[in-house]
Amino acid sequence: MIAAAPIATPAVDLWAIAPIIALVATGVGLVLIRALLRRNQAVTPVCFSVAVVGLLVAAGLLARQWHRVRDDGPIVSLADMVRVDPFAVFLGIVIVAATLAGLLLAYAYLRREDLEAPEYFALLLLSAAGMLMMTTANDLVVVFVALEVLSIPLYVLVAFDRRRLRSQEAGLKYFVLGAFSSAVFLYGIALVYGATGTTSLSGIATFLAGNTLFEQTTLLVGLGLLLVGLGFKVAAVPFHMWTPDVYQGAPTPVTAFMAAATKAAAFAAVLRIVLTAFPQYRDDWRPILWVLAALSMLVGAVAALVQNDVKRTLAYSSIAHAGYILMGVYAASSRGREAALLYLLVYAFMAIGAFAVVMIAAPGPDDAKHSYDDYRGLAVRRPVLGGLLIFFVLAQAGVPLTSGFVGKLELFGSVAQAGETSDYVLLVIGVLSAVIAFAFYLRIAWTLVTAPDDDTAVAAAYSTRPRRVDGWTGIVLAGAAALTLVVGVLPGTFIHFARDAVFF
Amino acid sequence: MGFPLLLAIIVTPLVGAVVVALLPAARTEVAKALGYAFTGATAGLCGYLLWHFQAGDRGFQFVYDQPWIPGLGVRFTLGVDGISLFMVVVTGLLFPLGLLASEKYITHRVKAYVAWFLLLETAIMGIFLTLDLIAFFVFWELLLVPMYFLILGWGSARRKYAATKFFIYTGLGSAFLLASTLVLGFLHQADTGVLTFDFRTLADWNGLSGSAEVLLFVGFMAAFAIKAPLFPFHTWLPDVHTEAPTAGSVVLAGVIIKMGAYGFVRFSFELFPQASVDLAPILLVLAVVGIIYGAVVAAMQTDLKRVIAYSSVAHMGFVILGIFSLTVIGIDGAVFTMVSHPLTTGALFLLVGMIYERLHTREIGEMGGMWNVAPVLTGLFIAAMFAGIGLPGFSGFVGEFLSLAGAFLYDRPFAIVAALGVIFAAVYMLWPFKRAFAGRASGAVVRMKDLDLREIVVVVPLLALSLFLGLYPKPVLDRIEPAADRAVRNFERKTDYRSPEESRDRRDTERRVEREQRRAEAREGEK
Repeated sequence: MIAAAPIATPAVDLWAIAPIIALVATGVGLVLIRALLRRNQAVTPVCFSVAVVGLLVAAGLLARQWHRVRDDGPIVSLADMVRVDPFAVFLGIVIVAATLAGLLLAYAYLRREDLEAPEYFALLLLSAAGMLMMTTANDLVVVFVALEVLSIPLYVLVAFDRRRLRSQEAGLKYFVLGAFSSAVFLYGIALVYGATGTTSLSGIATFLAGNTLFEQTTLLVGLGLLLVGLGFKVAAVPFHMWTPDVYQGAPTPVTAFMAAATKAAAFAAVLRIVLTAFPQYRDDWRPILWVLAALSMLVGAVAALVQNDVKRTLAYSSIAHAGYILMGVYAASSRGREAALLYLLVYAFMAIGAFAVVMIAAPGPDDAKHSYDDYRGLAVRRPVLGGLLIFFVLAQAGVPLTSGFVGKLELFGSVAQAGETSDYVLLVIGVLSAVIAFAFYLRIAWTLVTAPDDDTAVAAAYSTRPRRVDGWTGIVLAGAAALTLVVGVLPGTFIHFARDAVFF
Repeated sequence: MGFPLLLAIIVTPLVGAVVVALLPAARTEVAKALGYAFTGATAGLCGYLLWHFQAGDRGFQFVYDQPWIPGLGVRFTLGVDGISLFMVVVTGLLFPLGLLASEKYITHRVKAYVAWFLLLETAIMGIFLTLDLIAFFVFWELLLVPMYFLILGWGSARRKYAATKFFIYTGLGSAFLLASTLVLGFLHQADTGVLTFDFRTLADWNGLSGSAEVLLFVGFMAAFAIKAPLFPFHTWLPDVHTEAPTAGSVVLAGVIIKMGAYGFVRFSFELFPQASVDLAPILLVLAVVGIIYGAVVAAMQTDLKRVIAYSSVAHMGFVILGIFSLTVIGIDGAVFTMVSHPLTTGALFLLVGMIYERLHTREIGEMGGMWNVAPVLTGLFIAAMFAGIGLPGFSGFVGEFLSLAGAFLYDRPFAIVAALGVIFAAVYMLWPFKRAFAGRASGAVVRMKDLDLREIVVVVPLLALSLFLGLYPKPVLDRIEPAADRAVRNFERKTDYRSPEESRDRRDTERRVEREQRRAEAREGEK
């Protein structure tokens, strides 16, 4: 008889991963429903309802987790690989909200573009599950798995408009560069493991605190590669090249989802890795983040100036916003983390709101016409819709009494608090970038309030019946606008919320 | 704490803006009526404020304090003193008149116009009333939005250029203001452990190193000098004035360009006294250059509105001159000019707007002979023109005289060169007047109508007030002086600067302050 050696399995706290399970189960369930109902008329509404319910369940579970981890401290489970703390739950809530928006926006959109396929909902939920995993990951391997789980459905979603060449192109581009960045990230994990002998984030920190490395190159190159890999996902300059093409080519609800949720998830990984695993090496990674933040803010804002396409402009502006958030990471303080978290929350809603209007307002039968000429006079013809877009771009510009202002104020404040000369330089770069950004946000606003010229092409575009705002999109728009305004005017609650969430 | 008067002054137009924005677009007459109602109500509150303001008090009155952004220690603190009082009152006065002046000019999208106009009033009131630096910045930046859309929606031909230039140029200045504000707040926190942006607390703190103080002063100056506009940061002003709708120009000339000067007195002086004293000569030079340059360039213009726009550059030069003379007289004069300039230049802009409505041109060359055709218009223009030049008897004279006197006490050459500006003012105003009004009427001018009652009602109060303040400036000066005195005492307390003895009769001021305090106590006692 061969005695089977007992295999030690780690304890699993199902509470810790319940929201992820809810999303994965719903995603898989959607595929099953699709298979069972086949081409039944009801398949899309049923799948949509199930997806909404799944997301609401996940949101409810997150809300429960929030109270639990805030009162009793973080839940660590699965052999220290998953760590549910206020930080993770906060970003999880942002991600679930963004996913819900991506879902609600897509319902009418898919019908309109004749793309009705419940697979969209399943992919969206699976990607969101990967993002939630990313926020709770306490191990580089889990971060990598989460990165893949969130990315692969996204590649498909970006290319979801199978009749539009740009969408296909965007999907392929995102896939190639995404796979490349994943490989770089993986290489980084290998080098860090080689240097420290562990992939656990807290394990790395413990090792580095207890030992002095004679040879630091391996570790530093590994850290650099990790940042490069995540730099792709957050779309920081110089790893931003894919962003404009993908944001422009992807179906607009997917763009909204990516801008809001992917950013939150990727920043979760950045914050956790640099602050949990490498606090001793802050003098090494802070200069890297300084450069990334400065370049992102400047390149994003300047490149957005010369675009002729609204979606592309917003894509470049999202690069600049990544730069602002990187300032908060760079500050490496509790205030910086709080500011970054708050900004991820408010940016998610500003971006979703802007892209939601873009989705409705673009003329023409498909989702391809987004040049400035296509938007000319929108605020005159449709005051509410145009006014909302103006409001969202002004919020992104950081005009007072919008959430964008409060968010930027916190981020700039965190850098000002750091107090070194290089911090002040970054602060000045940040405010200058915000001024440059004013120019293109105003250009959008100007386009919207100016009546179109008597150009036949433009006139033809407007001869088509204006698209109605469906109920689900209306909910998303109203929610995003309300949050953007409330955070701008009475930020207290949300700042407390973000402050509670800074704890790892 | 009683009725939050200052909060009401800020919120009333905001409520109006929201209400008007929610109206159906077709109901223009309701939008207009509400516009008058809300600006009128605000003006009423300002009148109440003026009535109950304690003249001898050096500190802030009607203080209102609420936490706002907890994480940053930002509070919504409002207060008024002699320097801000009149800016608030003038703002309250100009807005209903501006709306009245727009009556004929604004014919399309009236509702949106009224809503933006009301939002603009909120922003301006906020700027003059907040004592918290971040809240100040909020309003400072918020101002750009309604102004941008007002120029864009209702301006003349090159409005996109002007609106964008205005936004970017002043936005650039405010970027440095924000950065400096944050740095100042966090330096204070690093030193004392308290994070606050209440400028009174920050002003009491003496922990800044000399170089930091200079750098922060320059950061604040970037915003204030652009807005002021101080030469050579003035280039946005003529473009914006020319393209903006009349009411926009009136508000711009009336109060918006005063915000820069206000910022210097209120914030730069209190927060960075040493840097203010050290850098005063530079600012005085720029002010003098601005006076002369503005006057010379104004004389060269062929567009009547641009003449007045450049004259504003010269006038603001006098304001900066008075402020940075660092004397009570000078600051008195500067603030007095800030009160009087909106009245005179506002009247001039309104009149040019009325001419434009009739002739559809602002080119002086296409006018000529209006005197015979439109005598009332000409009469009012002459009065406004002389008020603008600073003829004794009008308010402009008092302010310029005091500013020059202050500069004279600080250092004579500044005053001597700047005084030339007064003569140039006669040149740049009288010359276009001759070309536009004298001579034989031809072309469109022949069929021109004279002013109607509404237009007279818009202009006359401004000129009457200017005349009244020119003849009897005491009520205004009485209220400005304690605050100006406080600013100068602040310098003497914190730096080794001593203001020239002749610059004020200190015993007189002190006696009056004591008298007022006794009166106040007596009133309290009666209650």
